[in-house]
Amino acid sequence: MLLETSGLTKRFGGVVAVNAIDLAIAEGQVFGLIGPNGAGKTTLINLISGHLRADGGAIRFADADVTRLRPDQLARRGIARTFQSIRLFKGLTVLENVLVGRYVRSRSDALASLVPFRDAARPERERARLLLERVGLGKRAGAFAGELAYGDQRRLEIARALAAEPRLLILDEPAAGMNPTESAALREMLRELAAEGITIVLIEHDVRLVMGACERVAVLNFGRKIAEGPPAEIQADPAVREAYLGVADDA
Amino acid sequence: MDGLQQFFDAYQTTIGFIGLNAMLALSVWLTLYTGQLTLGNAAFAGIAAYGSALLTMKAGYPFPLALACGALLAAAVSLPLGATVFRLRGVYLAIATLAFGEVVRVAILAIPITGRGQGLVGIPPKTELWHIFASLLVIAYVCARLRISTVGRAWAAIREDELAAASQGIPVRRYKLAAFVLGALIAGWAGGLGAHFDFAIQPDEFGFARAVQILVFAVVGGIPNVFGPILGALLFTALPAVLQPLQEYRDIFQGVILVLVIVYLPRGLATLLELRRTARLRTVGAEDVA
Repeated sequence: MLLETSGLTKRFGGVVAVNAIDLAIAEGQVFGLIGPNGAGKTTLINLISGHLRADGGAIRFADADVTRLRPDQLARRGIARTFQSIRLFKGLTVLENVLVGRYVRSRSDALASLVPFRDAARPERERARLLLERVGLGKRAGAFAGELAYGDQRRLEIARALAAEPRLLILDEPAAGMNPTESAALREMLRELAAEGITIVLIEHDVRLVMGACERVAVLNFGRKIAEGPPAEIQADPAVREAYLGVADDA
Repeated sequence: MDGLQQFFDAYQTTIGFIGLNAMLALSVWLTLYTGQLTLGNAAFAGIAAYGSALLTMKAGYPFPLALACGALLAAAVSLPLGATVFRLRGVYLAIATLAFGEVVRVAILAIPITGRGQGLVGIPPKTELWHIFASLLVIAYVCARLRISTVGRAWAAIREDELAAASQGIPVRRYKLAAFVLGALIAGWAGGLGAHFDFAIQPDEFGFARAVQILVFAVVGGIPNVFGPILGALLFTALPAVLQPLQEYRDIFQGVILVLVIVYLPRGLATLLELRRTARLRTVGAEDVA
């Protein structure tokens, strides 16, 4: 297993936002995480990416205990993520955003850059351009990230995350605010990434995207995992229907 | 050529102070570029000024060695200070570093060897103009090249969004500390040069007013590139001399310039030719620094 959580728990005051969650995600898998608003999905991935400290339980990544590591240490180990509320470096250009994303992969050129007229970042810039072409932002490389349309900002966040060549990519509602065409393109890209062997955790409300892209889906409600399995099985699960529709399925 | 010589002789002190102030402005630029408001650089300059002056006067150190020791002393003080205060952000960080500056000033007043309130007088005038401007050139070059390196990009990322920067693998606290300590080193070097330029130093030269003045040089000049702080230091050091005929209206004039620049050129004087870029950044909501 690439990523395992056992008994992972997070409390905010009296609320147990994430309650004893066990997950096991295999290398190369596209894993969906769904659930109603407030179910604890984002809290769960904030724990996994190190932005929150767990109150209980453990996280293992690539056969090592990473429960207490900081976000930058986890990024170095190969975990990259996007944010539900887009967090780009708005005042930097599109290209610069991707260059920062390459931080863990590029050697520090602080000393090399002192040599006059030397452009130490050039190979990195070429790579960043290729990545931008891939997500369809090649022509916007010089724009400020904050100037992009909403859907483009989401794509740039994914490009920035991919720049680190991660082993695990966590996408927090990547299709939010995208139109159907963009969403379909995203689905295609996820399939490509999966084919390249990147493990993906996908949080999404777009049911078609989740069902179309994921091999396995877990459902959260009130901080607990109420179901897990292949998409088709999940769609038929009565507990899941109840969580989403709020009625007991006793007909 | 005689005219030029006369000009230099008459304004030698002012010209020297332009260079010294430019170095101090660059020292605070490092933390500002990282998005951190710190006000400890006047105190770092003071620590190094007293340290290096005492070394040349009382211990007979050669001038370059005394300068280096003073700057290293300032950096050595900044390291544990930075490790502590970078738990804080925004105004709290500014106030904590300001408080440190007051501690330094009061400590200087309390230690007998510094000459206390009377200051330290009779410092050997070893600093030549070319020392100041060669130092400024090297410091400005290093800052400019760092800005476009992986380190500078990490600093910019921290300024734009700390949490997202950490997610890219950037050890945020370490980078903030690096900017702070490097700033202290530069401020210390400038402080040592200043002490040997001026015969005498006093504790008040490194107090609150000085800390704010250094900040004004950098902010009014502009943070986006290294020319900003230099330009700001040039303007606000030369202006009092240029405006001498206006006498008591001088300060008013200077205040008006400051307000006009802040309002109409939020990214600083150095961005006078980048108005379109400023407008674009304003729509993005990042007009003040980037």
